[in-house]
Amino acid sequence: MRSIGKYFMFLRLLFVNRESIRTYIRLIFDESIKIGVNSVFIVVIISVFIGAVTAIQTAYNLVSPLIKEYIIGTIVRDMTIIELAPTITAIVFAGKVGSNIAGELGTMRITEQVDALEVMGVNSASYLVLPKIIASIITYPMLVTLAGFLSIWGGYVAGTLTGVVTPEDYIYGIRIDFIEFNIVMALIKAVVFAFLVSSISSFQGYYTRGGALEVGIASTTAVTNSCIAILLADYLLAQLLV
Amino acid sequence: MIEIKNINKSFDGKQVLFNIDGNFKPGQTNLIIGASGTGKSVLLKTIVGLIEPDEGSVIFDGRNFTQGDRQLRTEIRQEIGMLFQGGALFDSKNVEENVRFPLDMLSNMPEDEKLDRVNFCLQRVGLENVNLKMPSEISGGMKKRVGIARAIVNNSKYLFCDEPNSGLDPQTAILIDHLIREITYEYNITTIVVTHDMNSVIEIGDHILFVFKGQNLWEGTKNDILDADVKELKDFIYANRLMLALKEKG
Ligand SMILES: Nc1ncnc2c1ncn2[C@@H]1O[C@H](COP(=O)(O)OP(=O)(O)OP(=O)(O)O)[C@@H](O)[C@H]1O
Ligand SMILES: [Mg+2]
Repeated sequence: MRSIGKYFMFLRLLFVNRESIRTYIRLIFDESIKIGVNSVFIVVIISVFIGAVTAIQTAYNLVSPLIKEYIIGTIVRDMTIIELAPTITAIVFAGKVGSNIAGELGTMRITEQVDALEVMGVNSASYLVLPKIIASIITYPMLVTLAGFLSIWGGYVAGTLTGVVTPEDYIYGIRIDFIEFNIVMALIKAVVFAFLVSSISSFQGYYTRGGALEVGIASTTAVTNSCIAILLADYLLAQLLV
Repeated sequence: MIEIKNINKSFDGKQVLFNIDGNFKPGQTNLIIGASGTGKSVLLKTIVGLIEPDEGSVIFDGRNFTQGDRQLRTEIRQEIGMLFQGGALFDSKNVEENVRFPLDMLSNMPEDEKLDRVNFCLQRVGLENVNLKMPSEISGGMKKRVGIARAIVNNSKYLFCDEPNSGLDPQTAILIDHLIREITYEYNITTIVVTHDMNSVIEIGDHILFVFKGQNLWEGTKNDILDADVKELKDFIYANRLMLALKEKG
């Protein structure tokens, strides 16, 4: 409970006594590359496989002859857009980017690099953390969009290669009864998750005390807490938005 | 000149600093010495404002830093250079970017002027042709030199060094000590060095403050430290056989 209070104080700290906007723009650009571009590979792999598995599992569980096969496409589409793309990718994002952020900030803390910034009169929290949060909020929705397309494509490839659904049926399935709001919802989730992962991981890293061991602990805690926050937020958003 | 007045600090009910007073003049190397765990680093961090004292104040040339508003504190901090124990170089930046960093953040110098200033400072600390090396690619002694260059690049009026020669061989340690002293004299900087190295004390101790368990027990210069009549200080100095031998020889 105390650390939740401290977390909110930390968020406030990001906005007092900031540096110039120009400084941040360059930092945000660098962080976007580090956070976004470097996550593309893992997101591609995971989302294609998840789409493929969803398609095959759905087909396998469709035993009634009354249900048309195109439903496989519909199910892959809805699962992907509502849950798999934003949420599962967020868990992967927490594992990769969250641990990275906490490790980096933790190391900077214990090697006194954070103190060095403070002594120069730089607001270290804002200088180090704000660009990471903004870069995450910019790049993560892009990753989710990519994951969505790839997952649906993965379902198509797996479904048609194994012959559980014809290409025409799958395409028909992913186009029928399309609810546009689901896309909006996925992107809202993406923004919320990106904020949670980056801010929670930064918080864990920024307040690391001790040595290398504690940096490791901070990384692990960052991932765990981010995952919990993602799932909680997923539940709350589902309640609020549907 | 830096004045510290009646500094007290506790952590979780355990008092670490007790009523510490001191004056540190410009153009001389001021040393804070004492055994491990007596609160030297806490004192230094309190002076630069990384730790807030529970009581007392730190005054930089008549400006009260401890009670100052944010603007005054930022203004004073921009005049401070600090060398950290491990160098604290930013490990995602190369040597040149590290030294240039305070200029990037705090000045609006044109780029080519910045580069000249950076090269001048690197040269001053005896480093050439390492501009593009990363901190992980240079030795401990070089890191300290880069740290010093970064600390003085913005024409700092105050220089703080936390154990500048820990982890260095005796020869390099003395080179670093001398470098700090030369820079202090040359630019009339108010320098405070925290150390527990008796070599540094004898080499560069223009003004020495001895801290024992959070208390300021003795103040003086390197010329009178060997004759000091404080038991704790004697124990500290003569813990070392070499010093004892020196003393016996007179
Ligand atoms: N942030 C902190 N929270 C709680 N206790 C602290 C903190 N920083 C320092 N201390 C305590 O203050 C005491 C003095 O520590 P300090 O680091 O100033 O010692 P030191 O004189 O610099 O020793 P060394 O020569 O080993 O660096 C120690 O007992 C330490 O445990
Ligand atoms: Mg210390």
